[in-house]
Amino acid sequence: MGAYTVNGNNYEHDEEGYILDVNNWNLDLAKVIANDEGLDMSDEHWEVINFLREYYNEYQIAPAVRVLVKAIKKKFGPEKGSNKYLYELFPYGPAKQACKIAGLPKPTGCV
Amino acid sequence: MADQKFETPAFREYREIPALQPDSMVHLQPFVAKPDHNKPLDFPGELVDNWEQKAVEKLGELLEKNKALRVYLDSCVKCGACTDKCHYFLGTKDPKNMPVARQDLLRSLYRRHFTLAGKIAPGLVGARDMTKELLDDWYKYFHQCSQCRRCSVFCPYGIDTAEISMAARDIMDHIGLGQKYCNEIICKVHVIGNNLGLPQPALLDTLEGLEEDVLDETDVEVKYPLDQEGADVLLVTPSADFFAEPHVDGLIGYGKVFHQAGINWTISSYASEAANFGMFIGSYEQMHKISNRIRQAALDLGVKRIVFGECGHAWRVAYAFLNTLAGPWDFLDPKYPVPQHMLEVTNDLIKRGAITLDPEANDDKVVTFHDSCNVARATRMGDMPDGQFIIPREVIKASVNKFVDMDPQTIHEKTFCCGGGGGLLTDDLMELRVKGALPRMEALKDVVDNHGVTHLAAICAICKSQFTKVMPYYGFSMDMVISVHQLVGDALQLGAKE
Repeated sequence: MGAYTVNGNNYEHDEEGYILDVNNWNLDLAKVIANDEGLDMSDEHWEVINFLREYYNEYQIAPAVRVLVKAIKKKFGPEKGSNKYLYELFPYGPAKQACKIAGLPKPTGCV
Repeated sequence: MADQKFETPAFREYREIPALQPDSMVHLQPFVAKPDHNKPLDFPGELVDNWEQKAVEKLGELLEKNKALRVYLDSCVKCGACTDKCHYFLGTKDPKNMPVARQDLLRSLYRRHFTLAGKIAPGLVGARDMTKELLDDWYKYFHQCSQCRRCSVFCPYGIDTAEISMAARDIMDHIGLGQKYCNEIICKVHVIGNNLGLPQPALLDTLEGLEEDVLDETDVEVKYPLDQEGADVLLVTPSADFFAEPHVDGLIGYGKVFHQAGINWTISSYASEAANFGMFIGSYEQMHKISNRIRQAALDLGVKRIVFGECGHAWRVAYAFLNTLAGPWDFLDPKYPVPQHMLEVTNDLIKRGAITLDPEANDDKVVTFHDSCNVARATRMGDMPDGQFIIPREVIKASVNKFVDMDPQTIHEKTFCCGGGGGLLTDDLMELRVKGALPRMEALKDVVDNHGVTHLAAICAICKSQFTKVMPYYGFSMDMVISVHQLVGDALQLGAKE
């Protein structure tokens, strides 16, 4: 357990770095988390993060990988619309790593 | 999580027993459950004050309830047959991952308090008191067992290490030392209905998306119904099937089979989970509660049959225990077994000619099949011995032209666990998961190198997720993993029957 410190504010996170309060999320915090994950964030990365947050706001859960792939395909074209491409963006898994940066709870279960 | 410091084991030239590396995994343990994960399950929030005494009391209670446990603890003769049969031992070389050593962690406490020799002369019979040191070993090494039961196949006395590991976890839960991954997930099932925490609107959105995709790809309106009262079949499938790859392609396949066979089916949002983690933590109470969601959904929706999707331990709970946990099922149609596996349904339809498959659709693939531990060693399919091995292979062979089995020592009842079963499919145990996959990866490499295998088909959500994650460590592409019902769905001839 610990906390991220961004612009003088503390944001508590769990053992794996997922922030405890979804509502505390902001862009500067996301940049810090992404940096901790060793990611160099591109437009495509941010598109994924934004989509996750929009979906979460509507459904209180991260989107299925398939839904995410479809959204990215629509935005960036068929060559980027694959699970494999998402893993290139987020090597530790689009669902888990991208959720962490987007401030969402980690998906649990057999995934 | 860029801080993973461990080496992926090298493929062994010969399958020799590894030289021991004592304590090689003593640093690894899963996150401990917090009070929020324990209390809703009626476990103490954190380690209770008199935990030494409580643990012994709980063991005594389990021994009264479960005579088999006492037999397992009494009957080991230290013959050594199990020592090199565990994938975690083979992958980690830690002697405490030998099944006999794992059992002895509980057996030593049992001997101290429940056998005459252990009470009188503990030092002579390996009897030990409950200490912090012993508890630490319990927490670590009973969470380095996937309860796959491969060791039991080779034990001349049939000692079931899984039962011992479940008992130890049950005791730990009752003194307030639970595992976060399992307990957090069980809490979600009770509140939302599935392990992932997918609420009804999210399920609906996902299923509608699948309908659009299948329509786009096939020009056929295949339905993926949710909470449809009066449907004939209730499909209970792991929630990973709604969420993860390649699981969802299996779900697409189930829907195509039901569509083409003209079977009226539905998914329930209330029982939107086949998995039953109550088994992993050894809790009958939790198994019972989770199973009863299925009963309630079946009654509410007025279905006539219950069919389980591709989930390994779910089929064990369903096949072996559903009747005693949540029966009687006298309100269902007696013409069908309760429950049925989706593979049994598909196999029957193929054999009867009710659906037609064109295996040429999968001619780009050479497929092998991973027997899931719980399906292989704890259940059956169909009405013949070994049906759980025969039926999945029959269905695959009807869907693909090129099928190759792996080394006979690694399939059927001798199958190796994927390395992520039994409540260990969690990132905090990634080192164990990678190392434990070694024997399966070696067998896979054989058929890839010698038979050109391109795909590893699986029938368990845990196996699919585990392989997707660990195969890249061994140089395989994650998209080699495929659901059996994706193969079926891709080969299935949709549309009007001739």
